Amino acid sequence: MSFVEYSDFIQDGDVAIVYLGHDSMMPVKVQKGAQTQTRYGVIRHSTDLIGQRYGSKVTCSKGGWVHVLHPTPELWTVTLPHRTQILYTTDIATITMMLELKPGSVVCESGTGSGSLSHAILRTIAPTGHLHTVEFHQQRAEKAAEEFKEHRVDHLVTVRNQDVCKDGFGVTGVADAVFLDIPSPWEAVQRTCEALADQGFEEISTVEVLLRVHDVRNVSLPLPDFGPDPSSQTESDAAAAEKAPPNHASVTIKTTTPPREIPGHTGYLTFATKPRT
Amino acid sequence: MADNGDDDAQYRIKGGDYVVLKRGDIFKAVQIQPKKKVIFEKQWFFLDNAVDHLYSTTFEIVSGGVLQPKKLKDAESSTDTKEAGTDNRNIVDDGKSQKLTRDDIETLKEQGLKGQEIIQQLIDNSSTFKDKTEYAQDKYIKKKKKKYENTVTILKPSCRILAMMYHGREPGKICHLRYDTLAQMLTLANIHAGSKVLVFETCAGLVLGAVMERMGGYGSVIQMYPGGGPVRAGVESFGFPAHFHDMLHEFPICHVNALLAGTLDTTAKEPSADSKQSTVAEEKEKQNQPEAEQQGSPEEQNMETNSGADDLEKEQKEKRKEAKAQEKKVKLEEKRKKLAAAAALLEGRNADGLVIASRFHPCPVLMGLLKFLAPSRPFVVYSQYKEPLIECYTKLKEQGGTISLRLTDTWLRHYQVLPNRTHPLLLMSGGGGYVLSGTTVAMDRSKSAGSQRAEEPAPKRLKLTDTEG
Repeated sequence: MSFVEYSDFIQDGDVAIVYLGHDSMMPVKVQKGAQTQTRYGVIRHSTDLIGQRYGSKVTCSKGGWVHVLHPTPELWTVTLPHRTQILYTTDIATITMMLELKPGSVVCESGTGSGSLSHAILRTIAPTGHLHTVEFHQQRAEKAAEEFKEHRVDHLVTVRNQDVCKDGFGVTGVADAVFLDIPSPWEAVQRTCEALADQGFEEISTVEVLLRVHDVRNVSLPLPDFGPDPSSQTESDAAAAEKAPPNHASVTIKTTTPPREIPGHTGYLTFATKPRT
Repeated sequence: MADNGDDDAQYRIKGGDYVVLKRGDIFKAVQIQPKKKVIFEKQWFFLDNAVDHLYSTTFEIVSGGVLQPKKLKDAESSTDTKEAGTDNRNIVDDGKSQKLTRDDIETLKEQGLKGQEIIQQLIDNSSTFKDKTEYAQDKYIKKKKKKYENTVTILKPSCRILAMMYHGREPGKICHLRYDTLAQMLTLANIHAGSKVLVFETCAGLVLGAVMERMGGYGSVIQMYPGGGPVRAGVESFGFPAHFHDMLHEFPICHVNALLAGTLDTTAKEPSADSKQSTVAEEKEKQNQPEAEQQGSPEEQNMETNSGADDLEKEQKEKRKEAKAQEKKVKLEEKRKKLAAAAALLEGRNADGLVIASRFHPCPVLMGLLKFLAPSRPFVVYSQYKEPLIECYTKLKEQGGTISLRLTDTWLRHYQVLPNRTHPLLLMSGGGGYVLSGTTVAMDRSKSAGSQRAEEPAPKRLKLTDTEG
């Protein structure tokens, strides 16, 4: 297992994702002899996980069951422990394409935060690229480095605990792409675009990407009863009319509905390209 | 990493390169060929001068269709305090404020005036320019620039650029797949180097190319194709290095059922004496012509021997016919080998990802191809329309074997960012297509039809007292 390469069987030391149901998942560090509590009962790592195929169904002690999945950056994004506000897959996907990330890319990122974007970048630039990520908060920097190691991607990343504004990324002249997560967006976007233009960047664009989710539903729509139709043939016998079965009282349609609440705004993404001179 | 002149090579335009021409928001993919006339945005020019320049260089098109690198920011927006008004209450839009006529402008163009100079002429001859607000003046200049500048930028192709190009130029060719939707698909399918990905698309090869770019030549991509042959025109535009094509396989969907049933035979045929010749051809593929001639000789000997020049011509004709038949055999053998190779990759049913984006009804495509995926692997299906994906969702629920099913689409909104003028531009709602994504799990044999556990929470009932008054 690694976050940049699939494997088929769960091994001791892996990080696996336990899928309990819709929108309910959690990461699990697989360890011989360890146990994990879930609402369906206990999962015993040695018997239930180690040696099992990823994707298997695992029956827990109370009789309920879960599935165990191979980790991916997308699954990590929705299960990782938050230390900061994170970027979600919708923005991450847009960033990945707009920065033209691919195997071999060298990327500079500030700040590392909880590592949501970092993991996605690592997956895309492996096996020959490198990520230089900067985090000014010491504990967060350490936690990120720890996770990268656990997830077997540490060879692709360098975490630096420093202030990017003062000390930069620690490297120069190497990056194919740079990602900056900056606070105070309402002022920052404006100043950023101006600064980029001044520095000779081209194709400057600011976008916002919103995800719309469609929940598939069977919806039953009742039909109105306007009373018996007088122009119909069998009306002479009132009794017969009463006995006649009513038309279907409702119609079922298969459609989608939006969830109760939808995220309206996550952030502004500003992209630009510096032509090589 | 030292930045020396040698590293530069990968950033320089070379003859034969596939590039993308850009002006404003308009893109066009072309190949650099010597002395070839290229038409872009109603202008024609030659790309020869671009060779050896760096990518992303902007050129001016001068007379004769020759490209000249544009000097960096020559007298751009000089912020001298221009005369400007405060609002438009007195500006009457009667179409008469520009004193230069169309013919005048044409004359200026013919005189060889640069775009910048023409724009200055337009400003000088506009009766209302000085009354416009600064912002209106800015907007006016930007608009004229768009119209009269004759520059073109040459870009290195990438998924981002090609996806924007196709969506802008020929959306019908790519089932109206918008580039942000493509971005979502590539990430949701966890496309990365070293995996084995199945792709079924009718998007001119754009989706295939995008997948290949994200795999960087590592791993394998199997293009499942309908009909006679795989369509890959779009892949060329990416300008991948030759070795990327080594990881690309193809498999015709008309053989999928046979493959799944285990009845697909991809071994070499053994009909008659011909087979000997074909196997010989197999081994000696490299030696084309001499081999063909040698093969021809037994036939030659069998022919009736007449005398004269006619005879010689007849022999030569026969030789050519033989050579062609031999070529055909060699090609068929190659095709068989490729089919066998693709089948070998598929029959393990352990692919790592599945990407579907086509004009075909997605449901049967998905149900058919899902079988090739290993458990705990992602799949994404794109459709221009929502309903076919609702069907897919329903079928998948009935069948089991998948989790985390999500039907989504994205809205992409651009912003204009200018001092005191920042606001959203047009909202591209809909028109980008829909995506169904999910993850495979081990198929549960013991499970009865229908899920044991409701995947999504039942829609909540609103109490009357809770509704907004």
